[in-house]
Amino acid sequence: MTTAQPLTADAPLPEVAGTEKLLLALVGLGLLLLLPAAFDADAPRAHAAFYAALGLISVGTLGWAGWKYGQKPPGVYNHNLWLRASTSRGAVAWVTGIVLTGFYVILYWFSSPDDQGNFGPLNQLVHALDPFSQLLRHKPADQWFLYGTFYTLAILLMGGRGLWKYRSSPYHLIRTGSLMFFQLGFAFLLPGLLLAFQRPEFYFSYFWPLKQEYLFPDTVGYLLKDGGPGLGVFMVFWTAVISFVGVPVLTYFFGKRWYCSWVCGCGGLAETAGDPYRQLSDKSRTAWKWEVRIIYTVLVVIVALTALLWVGASGAVPALQSITQPLSKAYGFAIGSVFSGVIGVGFYPLMGARVWCRFGCPMAAYLGLIQKHFSRFRITTNGAQCISCGNCSNVCEMGIDVKQYAQRGEPIIRASCVGCGMCSTACPRGVLNLENGPRDNRYQGSQLISADSLRILS
Amino acid sequence: MHLVIIGNGITGVTAALTARKLQPEARITLVSAESAHHFSRPALMYVYLGDLRYQDIKPYEDWFWTENRLELVHATATGLDTATNTVQLDNGTTLTYDKLLLATGSRGRRGPWPGAELAGVQTFVTLPDLELMTRDTRQGVRQAVIVGGGLIGVELAEMLAAKGVAVTMLIRDARYWGAILPPEEAALVQRQLDAHHIVCRYETELQEILADENGRVRAVRTTAGEQLPCQWLGLAIGVEPNLDLARAGDLEVDKGVLVNEHLQTSAPHVYAAGDCTQLREFAKGELAVEQLWYTGRQQGETVAYTLCNADAPRSYQRGQWFNSAKFFDLEYQTYGRVPAEPAAGEHSFCWQHPTRAALLRINFRADTLAVTGLNVLGLRQRHDTWAAWLQAGTPVTEVMANLGAANFDPEFFRQYEKVMVAQFNQQFPQHAVQLRRRKGLFRV
Repeated sequence: MTTAQPLTADAPLPEVAGTEKLLLALVGLGLLLLLPAAFDADAPRAHAAFYAALGLISVGTLGWAGWKYGQKPPGVYNHNLWLRASTSRGAVAWVTGIVLTGFYVILYWFSSPDDQGNFGPLNQLVHALDPFSQLLRHKPADQWFLYGTFYTLAILLMGGRGLWKYRSSPYHLIRTGSLMFFQLGFAFLLPGLLLAFQRPEFYFSYFWPLKQEYLFPDTVGYLLKDGGPGLGVFMVFWTAVISFVGVPVLTYFFGKRWYCSWVCGCGGLAETAGDPYRQLSDKSRTAWKWEVRIIYTVLVVIVALTALLWVGASGAVPALQSITQPLSKAYGFAIGSVFSGVIGVGFYPLMGARVWCRFGCPMAAYLGLIQKHFSRFRITTNGAQCISCGNCSNVCEMGIDVKQYAQRGEPIIRASCVGCGMCSTACPRGVLNLENGPRDNRYQGSQLISADSLRILS
Repeated sequence: MHLVIIGNGITGVTAALTARKLQPEARITLVSAESAHHFSRPALMYVYLGDLRYQDIKPYEDWFWTENRLELVHATATGLDTATNTVQLDNGTTLTYDKLLLATGSRGRRGPWPGAELAGVQTFVTLPDLELMTRDTRQGVRQAVIVGGGLIGVELAEMLAAKGVAVTMLIRDARYWGAILPPEEAALVQRQLDAHHIVCRYETELQEILADENGRVRAVRTTAGEQLPCQWLGLAIGVEPNLDLARAGDLEVDKGVLVNEHLQTSAPHVYAAGDCTQLREFAKGELAVEQLWYTGRQQGETVAYTLCNADAPRSYQRGQWFNSAKFFDLEYQTYGRVPAEPAAGEHSFCWQHPTRAALLRINFRADTLAVTGLNVLGLRQRHDTWAAWLQAGTPVTEVMANLGAANFDPEFFRQYEKVMVAQFNQQFPQHAVQLRRRKGLFRV
């Protein structure tokens, strides 16, 4: 007798309650209102629509999360994720992906202001933020301020959802709170205030090589000039010290999670707005092979490019300038815009929220090398309790097949692990735990289970 | 050597992987009627719940089998001839073996009730069971009844409740999982069942299954005389070994395939392991038939050593007991032996959080103070640490003083060792201890 493999699409879905439909309708209405906000010729009406849209989206999102996760006692809420179109690459997910991708394309390449200060299709949305921008930054809004506002709002709203959804875990409460704090304070308010005080717009929570230009000679020169002898020197000092001292030291003690899932803005969006999509990351060995090929290439390229730029700037090789400038531009276009933005966020609903962090981010590659080889961090497997159920691998947004290690009783020590802690939360047998400890015998597995020793990677 | 393994569950696969390690050149064939590839049986519920897809509960990617030269045959073994060392398959082929391992597992018990064959009535153990349940609960199921208050029963309750079905459980004992859990533990599980609106009828059994005009279950009558309408009925009263093939080969069977301490059956070159076996001899306090993921894995590993080297057969040793489960949102771990009722000569220390669902019970001998078992609910404890304590017969005073070393809860979780020790000192003032070790593997 042979049996067909079951199709999960056939499993029944619970009825969606009227309250939930109503709250989701508010979010939908808010999103629709962004259309008149962008295209209504009557400016005051468009601005009113803009703020009504943000209000509806905020109330709807928080109300929906409050209702949905308040229905049941605190716990793990992963039911039906693979049955609903929105979270399992169905039609809704494709539409969401196309809209997000389209927004990034417009933002990066079709919204630069012309001579009249017209921001293209985003013009009205940008100008709707002028009063707020004047208040915070003492200057009119631009397309990047609009983007920053959307980005921060997404992290705060979906962060609020996360705080409620994961309320049974103090680790997630503190970690999510940290991400929201760093986004709002360090990546939104502080850069705005710096502008208000006529200082360089500087992000104290981003570092080279993720924010590659912070150690490019042009930017260093500009920071030192415009930042003044005190602040400018501090900014250059800060970015260099974190990149070369802070990263190795903190990663030695805590693993790369101190940055990737506690501080970083890209990680912040992935952990909050991307939370419904974490199961979509590809866990296959093939995906891992591509990951290794791509991410370390990006790291090598940006290190080489930075070095070349400094050699060029030193004037030692005069011909170099003509090569490094286009190279730097190409890197900014291919990696900074296309990879981290369009693909990184646009593909959330199709490939999961950490595509950029996993395949592209040179900072993650750098942190990962330290985590893999010189860190006290590991995820411990609890003896022989694993039942190979696969919940840990499913929630791993970095695409690590966690159960391969757990079912052998081995600790998980992987360069890509961002330490979000979801595998530990999702495990129904209490098998996984994020721990920092001495590096001796870090790879030692449990004596209570015999590892099968057959290879899983390479 | 050609090793043929019937069954690709955790037992058969563990045996295959161990044999591959021991004998890189051996030809190894895995035969399964149930699925093309090995999957995690305890994870079937997550596929129904939509947490996972079927491919997510496969512990190994499909390339794994080819690369490790493990031949997979998706067919039913229908005949066994131990005289000619052959197994007949329903696809017409015959496999000749040098060694044969029966790891045929078990199936759900259907019980004695008339009407158990009606549509909408089923057990829940296998992949076909999951497919059947998926089809039968897609439409028109508003109420369901589950017979049996054990692990599969509570899984079914969680699955159905998550789809908005009103669930009633019929439980023979006076409390949930009464044969295994002490009353305090069962009461905490009860709080979970209540919070998820599962109705429980205790000391109640199934009397009769009633059909509608289409031959589908429409209600059940209980031994209390109550009639409960239901459109789906789950029978979760335990599992029984799959013995068809063993019988076809004239092997000695009782409740399971009878095996000696080397897991060898009555026929030469034929072994059996996992759910389907019955040990001819077993130590005091152990069971002849064990149907657990963990024991299946242990038996599969043990038997592989004997299969690969018959001159140095390995005896199956049960080892330290452990198990775990999750009741809705409540995690359960147990190490060593904690009987449902107090055992003679043993003390039982039980700490409970006044409001939260968190419980820790440590049993220890009254004379030597050696710890004998641990139950935790809503807390995580380190397996390796407890295995060492239980193995060494560590006195409870030593364990309580170092309790933090076994704490496996995630970072930033509330630590209760202080209050646990305080309560222990109050309850056993003659053995009062001072907490020496805080949480963490490496912090002293």
